[in-house]
Amino acid sequence: MTTRFDKLGVIIAAIVAYAAFAAPFATLRANRIVPGEARSILEALPPTLGPLLLAVVVVAAVVALLKTPLALRLAASVVALAALALLIGVAGSFLTPEGNSFARISPASGFWLLIFAFTLLLADGLTRLNLSPSARIGVLVVAAAAIGLLLVSGSWNSLSILKEYANRADSFWAEGSKHVTLALGSLAAAVLVGLPLGILCHRVEKLRAGVLNALNIIQTIPSIALFGLLIAPLGWVATHVPGAASLGIRGIGTAPAFVALFLYSLLPVVANTVVGLAGVPRAANDAARGMGMTERQRLFGVEFPLAFPVILTGIRIVLVQNIGLATIAALIGGGGFGVFVFQGVGQTAMDLVLLGAVPTVAMAFTAAIILDALIEMTSTRRREAQPA
Amino acid sequence: MIEIEGITKRYDATTVVDDVSMVIEPRTIAVIVGTSGSGKTTLLRMINRLVEPTAGVIRLDGADNRSLPGYELRRSIGYTIQGHGLFPHRTVAQNIATVPVLLGWDAARTKRRVDELMTLYQLDPQAFGPRYPHELSGGQQQRVGVARALAAEPNVLLMDEPFGALDPIIRNKAQEDLRAIQKRFGTTIILVTHDMEEAVRMGDKIAVMDAGKLVQYARPAEILAKPASAFVETLVGASEKPFRLLSLGRVRDAVETGTAEGEAIPADVSQRDALAELLWSGRPALPVTGADGKPLGRVTVDGLVKRAARPA
Repeated sequence: MTTRFDKLGVIIAAIVAYAAFAAPFATLRANRIVPGEARSILEALPPTLGPLLLAVVVVAAVVALLKTPLALRLAASVVALAALALLIGVAGSFLTPEGNSFARISPASGFWLLIFAFTLLLADGLTRLNLSPSARIGVLVVAAAAIGLLLVSGSWNSLSILKEYANRADSFWAEGSKHVTLALGSLAAAVLVGLPLGILCHRVEKLRAGVLNALNIIQTIPSIALFGLLIAPLGWVATHVPGAASLGIRGIGTAPAFVALFLYSLLPVVANTVVGLAGVPRAANDAARGMGMTERQRLFGVEFPLAFPVILTGIRIVLVQNIGLATIAALIGGGGFGVFVFQGVGQTAMDLVLLGAVPTVAMAFTAAIILDALIEMTSTRRREAQPA
Repeated sequence: MIEIEGITKRYDATTVVDDVSMVIEPRTIAVIVGTSGSGKTTLLRMINRLVEPTAGVIRLDGADNRSLPGYELRRSIGYTIQGHGLFPHRTVAQNIATVPVLLGWDAARTKRRVDELMTLYQLDPQAFGPRYPHELSGGQQQRVGVARALAAEPNVLLMDEPFGALDPIIRNKAQEDLRAIQKRFGTTIILVTHDMEEAVRMGDKIAVMDAGKLVQYARPAEILAKPASAFVETLVGASEKPFRLLSLGRVRDAVETGTAEGEAIPADVSQRDALAELLWSGRPALPVTGADGKPLGRVTVDGLVKRAARPA
């Protein structure tokens, strides 16, 4: 006997049923820190749009539930996500009392669950499509453009998180660029130091265990503890090394955050370099030497290109990890999106926490997709069948 | 000419190659045969200095092989290994062009040479040049490996178990191809194998190694007829000896006058194959035809059996 139901579809339909009919769609609060009142889909939207949204999500859930063609499933998920994205903005304006600038409307659990359910459907569909790496980046660009368009068009401006943004637009971009600088800068430093160190560890076997163990130990130090440990040495450097202080090196602030992220980044870079180089076929290495390549020609012409996908995997780990970890830097005055997160926690203003957390997650997610695509491109380029 | 004089290689207390001396004549194939751990590969790798000897001298055409930096020496010597060692991230054409590129040949000359070698190895340059090694069959990969080793027209080619990974039918073909190409370019080849069958088939001379020592270095017929030690005898295989001896000769050298019934056998088939055909078909004699199809005479079971006997 064959079921006519899609396995994942059953879960998606169950989530949608709960989220659409039992969970609140939006929360209305009198100001940014008081607890809010829940509003269902029908209450949160104008009389025509509420039933329409319900109809859209129910139909999309039925499409997900039954065994339907892939194109239909993708279309259903995209339509449902688009409707949700547009109408949450409408709910924002609809629920905001006329002329009230203190009221805060935020998406509630029902909205997030619906987004989750249809993203699941979309992701499942895209996975089944088995897209090429460049097509995946294309999908990412389209999604980013759609979100960007919604942000620029102002249709979300009535939502709480964007009201927080409106109050802090300048510092948002300043902290954002600090965040990116921290994450990418420490990655760049880790690659500059980690690659040669990895190559050295590969060549000198005696060094390997020692270096990797030391980096492993660093990896196990909790980040806050590492910041604390760095205060003394960096403070000493700042006062005793001429010019260090003018470069911004201090016991607290950006410098220790940068150093900590750099130290955390080293292990994945070095370990993946060692593993990648060790995975180069012995015969290829032997042939390279036997044909008269110098050590340098062999490293750059044979070992490095063959190890590159594995090294890139290490860089991916580091980038995603650093984008997340850089949030902690705010604790010691290092800046970044963490500033909003910790301010928000301090003020019990969840919207402010989200203002820091959402862009961080979005950046990490984007970095992961782009680097995964790059890894696949570099490792399949030589496997792809060439037209004869 | 390659002169190996008193070559020794020691790793700490173990002697891997022990005072080996031999001379390899130009434009011949010398096969080094031995069990694993006999030092045959190490000896080979000391010729192009992938391994530096502890003592002794190796001269190539009279010049000490230490007179050049190792990598420059190796560019002038062809080198192939078991499992071919092709670069998986480079196309077939790029793989073959490796040494010409290292030597700084211009693009046109490199391409000409790559196309020439690929054609020689029955690989269409247009179709196979842009492919990657993993898209080729084992036999094709092996041919690309040899083509790559020959790309810069080396006088000397070192081969370490080049046919080890091939199935028997492809191996036969690869061995014949190598013979043909060796004749065409006049390359001096030193080939390492553990397979006495291959050694007898390929070698102008065979060097038998055991525990780092060169036990016997002689023509195949002599190795078969007068094994220098019990070890060589075992390696040759007592029950195989008469057949290996026969496999050295061609039918044309065993032709007797007279005629025989049945389908003819070409004159360039090995005497061993002719005997097998005679025994299998249950006939006492077979007619022999030359390359032009003209009858040359016949081979007989009696005649071949006499040739299979231990030479005086």
